[in-house]
Amino acid sequence: MQFRHEWIEKNAFLLLVLTVVTVAIGGIVEVVPLFTIETTVEHVKGVRPYSPLELAGRNIYVREGCYLCHSQQIRALKDEVERYGHYSLAAESMYDHPFQWGSKRIGPDLSRVGGKYSNDWHYAHLTNPTALVPETLMPRYGFLAQAPLDYQVIERHLAANKVIGVPYTAEDIAHAREDLETQANPQADTAALLARYPKAVEASGNGRVVSEMDALVAYLQVLGTMVDFADTTTEQLQQ
Amino acid sequence: MTDASITYMAPHQLSTRLAPVYNEAIVRKFTIATMFWGIVAFLVGCTIAAELCWPGLSMGISYLNFGRLRPVHTSAAIFAFGGNALFATSLYVVQRTCRARLFGGAALAEFLFWGYNFFIVMAALSYVMGFSRSQEYSEPPWHVTIFLVIVWVCYAVVFVGTLLRREEPHIYVANWFYLAFILTVAILVLVNNAAVPVSLYSSHAYVAYGGVQNALIQWWYGHNAVGFFLTAAFLGMMYYFIPKQANRPVYSYRLSIVHFWSLIFMYIWAGPHHLHYTSLPDWTQTLGMAFSIMLWMPSWGGMINGLMTLSGAWDKLRTDPALRFSVTAVGFYGMSTFEGPVMSVRDVNALAHYTDWVIGHVHSGALGWVAFISFGAIYYLVPVLWNRTGLYSKKLVAWHYWIATLGIVFYMTSMWVAGIMQGLMWRAYDKFGFLQYSFVESVNAVHPYYIIRLMGGLMFLVGALIMVFNLVMTVRSRTTEEFARTSQDYPDAVMAGE
Repeated sequence: MQFRHEWIEKNAFLLLVLTVVTVAIGGIVEVVPLFTIETTVEHVKGVRPYSPLELAGRNIYVREGCYLCHSQQIRALKDEVERYGHYSLAAESMYDHPFQWGSKRIGPDLSRVGGKYSNDWHYAHLTNPTALVPETLMPRYGFLAQAPLDYQVIERHLAANKVIGVPYTAEDIAHAREDLETQANPQADTAALLARYPKAVEASGNGRVVSEMDALVAYLQVLGTMVDFADTTTEQLQQ
Repeated sequence: MTDASITYMAPHQLSTRLAPVYNEAIVRKFTIATMFWGIVAFLVGCTIAAELCWPGLSMGISYLNFGRLRPVHTSAAIFAFGGNALFATSLYVVQRTCRARLFGGAALAEFLFWGYNFFIVMAALSYVMGFSRSQEYSEPPWHVTIFLVIVWVCYAVVFVGTLLRREEPHIYVANWFYLAFILTVAILVLVNNAAVPVSLYSSHAYVAYGGVQNALIQWWYGHNAVGFFLTAAFLGMMYYFIPKQANRPVYSYRLSIVHFWSLIFMYIWAGPHHLHYTSLPDWTQTLGMAFSIMLWMPSWGGMINGLMTLSGAWDKLRTDPALRFSVTAVGFYGMSTFEGPVMSVRDVNALAHYTDWVIGHVHSGALGWVAFISFGAIYYLVPVLWNRTGLYSKKLVAWHYWIATLGIVFYMTSMWVAGIMQGLMWRAYDKFGFLQYSFVESVNAVHPYYIIRLMGGLMFLVGALIMVFNLVMTVRSRTTEEFARTSQDYPDAVMAGE
């Protein structure tokens, strides 16, 4: 019997089912292997979950829509590598829920901004970007310094991340609040914090109230610093 | 007389049958909402375009910052303006072409209207107040999304239910596209919004996928929001309103079959072209690029079918400025679906990605295709829905057309220049082998083009305001007589020659 498209046009359910099947194929073929092919995320040392303060800062970054102007993805192109540093690895964003690679550079890429500027520079720049970069298009974020950070349920934030595969330990979760306050206070003893979260950078807060800006700066300062590329071989970077 | 001749009705007999009383009240509401949200979207767009010219405009107020208003602009344009236009036209078209009243009755239709628009208000407020998920075009917090899913399921029930109670044997081509849009958007939203909330009382949720998997799923969603929300669904609009306005049947039935199935099959693969040269594995990028290039053909299948429908009726463009909108829309559709595959080629993308070229490309589609095809449909619909003999002023439609078209040209050309300049400056080397420009020099260089872009946007806004005035006067004019139902002259469900 010869196929007639009329059959589909006269049967709403057949049209519905065939449409769903047709649109499902491409997504399945492209997405599923990313979870099953083991080398999709490179095996490099150094990438760790965010410290509680960095995670809270990241949530500020997400909330404010920073990704609309700043990418966090250095492409494997010569000029990008020379401008921003080593091209981004999948491993470097594997604990990012959500990813913030971005799609537009109204401002520069931030994936390796950590350690590039001092804490003081970031506080001054966020408060009044024009004072440091006269031509900038960035709006002022001074209100973040006035807003106390809400970290009442920071343990739950870590626990929620653990559910979706970020390897926080029970100990990390138990110490979340303490670690957050330690990292926000420049006078605090950071030995325990650094044991759990190597390379965590202390914020320059006033030590009394943790502000949203303290958290955001702590996050910016760790971006792109976790992997030691001097210690990484090209075989490790194969996808 | 045989049995067969009693049960079978020829198309010309169908048109003489009494049409059921359609639910047009709901179409009127969605039409008003479309124009309202259109103005909001264009206004917020102009606001953030101005902020990129003069960043001091946000005055350090968090609610006015670019990062918070930009999702308001994109959501208002895509989901509020575009979404309401699709609700209005799909619910109108499905009733007419099926000769059936909406399934679920007036109450369910009312819920669709108030529910969907409540979702939009909640989403916009959440961005401004600082609750964005920062997943492009998928920013609402999790509980707002759950509400959207409920509304969307009801939409699918109403639409499919109406298809099932149709009096016409065939499901008209416009409805294939609307159906594909409704189903695919449901799948996309469900998969892309999987997340673990911090607690039931917290608006914050962590996206279930991380890093590279999150990136691909998000752009699988993002590109098909373009492919199904902004393309397939608006093709449905084209397949009903252009034949209506031109009073000609669709050019080729065969072409509509071929391009429908190939379009919905191929679009889904195209997402990875947003992630060229990133940490996404190469094989996925290549696959995405290959399908993006192939996608050119089914896209142009739609364009050809739309334009060729005008065969023998091209003279109507002189007398019907509303048809001019619809036809120009198809032209812009053809242009941006050619530009898209070009930009998806890796080497072109290396230059274009992260620049304003992408913004220009999006707007040639959003303003030229989505908005223009909606304007054309609404100019046709308003006199029909409010029983008026015609529009208040055809001259104003012509003014709207030319102001808006010029606005788009300003927008597109300025973004081409700005984008290509950014791309070239970022990769430029001086004679010593160093990068020639600092980043901020590229910011400085595009300033004049950002002002031209703002001008283009303002022109588009002015055009839309003229349209609102024209439509309000059309509805309010008491002199117009009862509209003679000329829409019954041409049977809705009859398609091309074969």
